[in-house]
Amino acid sequence: MPDTSPEDGAEGGGRIVANRVLMTLLVAGLLGVVLLPFASMAPNRLVSGQPVGLLEALLPWQWGALLVLAGTMTLAALRRPLARTPARLLVLAAALPFLLLVMYGGGDYATRAVAEAGSPAARVSLGAAFWILVFAPVLVALDAFLRLNAGMPAKIGYTLLMAGGVAALFWAGVFHDLSIMREYLNQRDVFAAQLLAHLGLVSAALVPTLLIGLPLGLLVRRKAKARGPLFGLLNFFQTIPSIALFGLLVAPLSALGEAVPVLGAMGVSGIGAAPAIIALILYSLLPVVRNTYAGFAGVPASTIEAARGMGLTRRQVLWQVEVPLALPVILSGLRIVTVQAIGLTVVAALIGAGGLGTFIFQGLGQYAIDLVLLGAIPTIVLAVAADFFLQILVTLSKPEGSA
Amino acid sequence: MTTPTVLVSGTDARRWMLLGALSLLLAALVLFMRDLEPLFRDAFPDLDTPVYVRETFLQLTLDHIVLVLVSSAISVSVGVAAAVFVTRRMGREFEPLVSALSAIGQTFPPAAVLAIVVPLAGFGFTPTIVALTLYGLLPVVQNTIAGLGTVPPAALEAARGTGMSRWQILFRVELPLAMRVIIAGVRVSVIINIGTATIGSTVGAKSLGTPIIAGLVGDNIAYVIQGAVVVGLLAIVTDLAFERLERRFTFGAQAGGGAGA
Repeated sequence: MPDTSPEDGAEGGGRIVANRVLMTLLVAGLLGVVLLPFASMAPNRLVSGQPVGLLEALLPWQWGALLVLAGTMTLAALRRPLARTPARLLVLAAALPFLLLVMYGGGDYATRAVAEAGSPAARVSLGAAFWILVFAPVLVALDAFLRLNAGMPAKIGYTLLMAGGVAALFWAGVFHDLSIMREYLNQRDVFAAQLLAHLGLVSAALVPTLLIGLPLGLLVRRKAKARGPLFGLLNFFQTIPSIALFGLLVAPLSALGEAVPVLGAMGVSGIGAAPAIIALILYSLLPVVRNTYAGFAGVPASTIEAARGMGLTRRQVLWQVEVPLALPVILSGLRIVTVQAIGLTVVAALIGAGGLGTFIFQGLGQYAIDLVLLGAIPTIVLAVAADFFLQILVTLSKPEGSA
Repeated sequence: MTTPTVLVSGTDARRWMLLGALSLLLAALVLFMRDLEPLFRDAFPDLDTPVYVRETFLQLTLDHIVLVLVSSAISVSVGVAAAVFVTRRMGREFEPLVSALSAIGQTFPPAAVLAIVVPLAGFGFTPTIVALTLYGLLPVVQNTIAGLGTVPPAALEAARGTGMSRWQILFRVELPLAMRVIIAGVRVSVIINIGTATIGSTVGAKSLGTPIIAGLVGDNIAYVIQGAVVVGLLAIVTDLAFERLERRFTFGAQAGGGAGA
C-alpha cells in the first residue's frame, strides 16, 4: 500500500485541523441532520408520512450523548491537544457507541411514537438523516483504520463488534415498531423461505461454477491457444444484461422441459430456478477461470523447478506447491463471483426463481417502499458480509511473508 | 455460438468487421422488428401478438441509450474530477477513503441500489438516472485513481523539467498516460448501466427492459426474446466499441494489459 500516511505533506502546515477527512465527514453529518428528516411518521399506511427532525425524534439524553460523541470526534480531528495515534483510537472508541446510539434512538423513537399514536396502524420509517448518521461513523472508523495502518485482526474485531452491537439491538427488539420490521414480522415465514431460496440459488450456481471453472482455468494454462477464445466467450456472457440472459434462457428451457417430461418433472422449466442457476453459472465462470489461470500462471517457474529437483512428482508439485501458491488469487475470484451472484439473484426473482428479489419487485409493484427495503437491505448486507468473510479467507490463504 | 471466438483471437481488422456486422444487425433489428412478425408467429403460434408493438423498438432503444448516456456522462465527469482531486496534493488525504469506498460500494448489488434510490426519489426517468449515475461513479473513480497511479514518476519529472505547469502536466501527461485504464473503468461503468437500465423498467423508466418485463408478466416469451436480443446486442456492440477504444490508448509497455484494472 503506497498510502501509509495519507496526511503527509498536508499535515505539515500550521493548520488547526489535522484530519480534514474526519472534519468533512462530521460537517456532512451535521448538515444532513439539520437539513433532512430523521424519521417520518404516518398515522396509517395510506397517509404519507410527516417528516420528524432529530431533536424532535430523540430524547434529550440521546441527542445530548450523540453531541458529546460528535464533539469528541471533532476534538480528535484537530491538531491539538491529541497526538495522531491517540486521536485515532479515540475516534474508534467514539464511533462505535455513536452508531449504536443512533440505531437505538431510531428504534426507540418508533416505539414511543407508535405508543403515543395509540394505534398499531401508525407507521414510523427512518429518514435520510438517520441513514447519514449510520454511515458517518462507519466511514469515520474506516478512515481511522486506514490511517492507523492497523492489522487485519484489529479491523475484523472492530467490524464484528459493530455488527454484534447492531445484531444485539435487533435481538432486544429495539426496532420492533419500525414499519420495515412490521413488514418483516408480517412476512416472517416467507422471509426466511426467500432468504434460504436466495442462498440456495447462489450455492447451486457456485458449486458447479467451481467444478467447471477450476479445471478450465488449469486447462487454459496448459493450452495457450484455447485461452483467447474461451475468455472471449465468457466475457460475452458477462456483458449481456442479467435480465436479458435470464430471459433468453426461459424459451429454450421451457421447450426442453416440455419435450423431455423427465426433465420437466425434475423442475426444468422456463420459469423458476433452472434458468436462474444456468445464467448465474454463465456469469460466474469468467472470474473463476481467469483467476485460476492467473493464480497458476503466477507461480514462479523456478519454484516449480526447485520442487521437481527435490524429487516431488508432478502431482505432488501441483498439490503441495502450485495450489497453495495460487490459492489467494483463486479465492479472490471466488469472492468476486459470490458477491456478484448474490446481486444477480435479485433479478432472478423476475423469472420466478424466488429469493430476496421477490420482495423488491413486489414492493415496487405495490409502491410499498418498506417491502422493497425488506428485500434490498438484506441483499446488500449479504453481499457486504460475503465480501468481508471471503476477504478474510484470501488474507489467511496468503503464504506467510508475502504482502 | 461461434462468433464470440473471434472476439479475442481475431486480428484487428476482423474485430472491426465483427463490430460493424453486429452494429448492422442491431440497427436492423431495432428498425425492422415488426417485419419479423411472420417468423415469431411461426415460432409461437399460441400468442395473439407475437411482436411487441406498444412502443417501437427504435423508441425503446433511444430511451435506453439516453438513460445510459446521461448517467454515464455525469458519472464520468464527476468521477474523473473526484479522482483527479484526491490524487493532487490538496486532496491526497481523501484518497484512501475514496478508494476504499469505491471498492466497497461496488459490492452493493446494482439492482438493490436501484430499488432503494428510485422509490426514495420518486419513480420514473430522473430517479433512475440518479441511481445509474451513483453506481456508475464507482468503477470510474477506482480506475481513474489506479490509472493516475500508474504514471511513471520519471514522466512527471521530465514534464516538470520542461517547465510545464501543473494543469499542463495533468492534461498532457498524466491523463493521456492513464487513459487506457480510465477507459477500462468507463467501459465497466457503461456495461453495468446498460444492464441496470434494463431493470429500470420495473421502476417506471422506459427502456429495452420494458418488453422483457411485459413478456415475463404476460407470459409472452416472444416479447422476452425480442427485448433480450436487442439489449444483449446493444451491450455487446458497446463493449466491443470500448475494446477498440482501449486499444487506441494502449502504449507499447501496456500491451500485456490487465495492470491496474
